[in-house]
Amino acid sequence: MSEYGITKSSVGRKILMALSGFFLLVFLLQHFAINMLSVISDDAFNTVSDFMGYNPLVQFALQPVLIFGVIFHLAMGMYLEFQNTKARNKKYAKNNGAANSSWMSRNMIITGVMVLLFLGLHFYDFWWHEITEKYLEGGAESFTGSGRDTTRYSHELQEKFVDIWRVIIYCLSFVFLSLHLLHGFQSAFQSVGFRHSKYTPLIKKLGTAYAIIIPAGFIFIALFHHFNH
Amino acid sequence: MAEKFIDITLKIWRQKDAKSAGKMVDYPMKKVSTDSSFLEMLDLLNEDLVNKGEEPVAFDHDCREGICGMCSLFINGEAHGPDRGVTTCQLHMRMFKNGETITIEPFRANAFPLIKDLVTDRGSFDRIIQKGGFVSVNTSGNTQDANALPIPKVDADNAFDAATCIGCGACVATCKNASAMLFVSAKVSQLALLPQGKVEATERVLNMVHQMDMEGFGNCTNTGACEVECPKGISLDNIARMNREYLKASIIAE
Ligand code: HEM
Ligand code: SF4
Ligand code: FES
Repeated sequence: MSEYGITKSSVGRKILMALSGFFLLVFLLQHFAINMLSVISDDAFNTVSDFMGYNPLVQFALQPVLIFGVIFHLAMGMYLEFQNTKARNKKYAKNNGAANSSWMSRNMIITGVMVLLFLGLHFYDFWWHEITEKYLEGGAESFTGSGRDTTRYSHELQEKFVDIWRVIIYCLSFVFLSLHLLHGFQSAFQSVGFRHSKYTPLIKKLGTAYAIIIPAGFIFIALFHHFNH
Repeated sequence: MAEKFIDITLKIWRQKDAKSAGKMVDYPMKKVSTDSSFLEMLDLLNEDLVNKGEEPVAFDHDCREGICGMCSLFINGEAHGPDRGVTTCQLHMRMFKNGETITIEPFRANAFPLIKDLVTDRGSFDRIIQKGGFVSVNTSGNTQDANALPIPKVDADNAFDAATCIGCGACVATCKNASAMLFVSAKVSQLALLPQGKVEATERVLNMVHQMDMEGFGNCTNTGACEVECPKGISLDNIARMNREYLKASIIAE
């Protein structure tokens, strides 16, 4: 039965898509928690950022997993979307999608690609900056960290939010992420087969809360730094 | 509701055969009774066309009472039209307004190739059923009565609900991905829930999903459009059940 594996069927690929979605949901939660620290206390934010940036476990075990997770999610998302478009060559002259499904559920690829564009900017701003700082320009010594500046993170973060255009792009991206998750959160449970008359309504409420509160929180952090510095 | 008469304009997809290019053609209709069913209205149109020496519009139908699943049609952007829980033969003209333009297209999906006008070939569904939508029984004459096995009422009810799927293909037609998940999951569920179906459950789900993929249906993205448009109210519960069955089967299968 080797031609049937998880990676080779539509149902299996959807399960993998959902697992990568779950992973990103958990990642986003911890990312949010750390960013929130920047609003509460510069010291706490610096300490945690420094830990995340220099702890070998985070850098060499978790970070590659994250990179793989993001790439897998977007590559699989685009592949599934490609297959789905291909399944109907001749389109309807009139199709009333709004009569039976939400805009979010029908446009995951659009909201996903908007998040991807943002990730481009985000990687350029923060991640690439960290990589050059640590691995390319700083040399080995800067990585082991002897004598490194452990307080640079909070003001580096604040500097990013001075430019109003960056803040606008940032906020808009989180609106798209919110739309992505308004469908994605509960959809991932369905994909792995978790559906129950008692728990599914709860999951849907939790998903809506997550999809609104977390992106709104990121937007709050951006605006906070923009207007406070 | 008292009978009324409405004037409408039909925009119908006309296509001579699988190979020809098709196009939308306008047909104005006067004094259509709101008591007539959608298919009766099309009968009247065809009678007119035949009387004028024109080619009648080909469309699928059989029982005309919502049980065979043969009637199809994508009406005003929805499978089986704007009403809920009905097939096209159960759709009535009282759902439409005087002066309305009504678009009528065939069910569109690569896995449902077009034959003529509004008629498509839904044989891909039959090929999926052939891969496991049944229970193998020994017909030697001493077959055990199915009722001899006690079955919990919830399971029996859920299996029966899944079994009400009439294989019409509205779920595929309405899905933005042309996915057949609602149909296949109903056919997997109706048997997976019963002790008689458990024997072949592993191969069934793997084989039926495999055939579904081979036929060129898209992947489910959980939009839920199928459940809304399904004339039999087949629930997304079945898709979740099939996802579970599939996960389990792909782990335990050799
Ligand atoms: C990098 C850009 C991204 C792209 C291009 C993208 C694309 C997609 C697409 C096309 C789908 C629908 C796939 C399907 O249902 O078959 C999807 C689902 C999903 N996405 Fe994303 N996405 C992105 C980022 C994210 C992020 C950052 C998160 C979470 C923080 C996320 C969470 C989810 C979840 C939970 C699902 C639902 C999975 C399911 O239905 O089983 N996505 N994504
Ligand atoms: S699941 Fe519903 S819409 Fe799909 S084939 Fe069965 S009856 Fe028709
Ligand atoms: S003609 Fe049989 S269901 Fe409509």
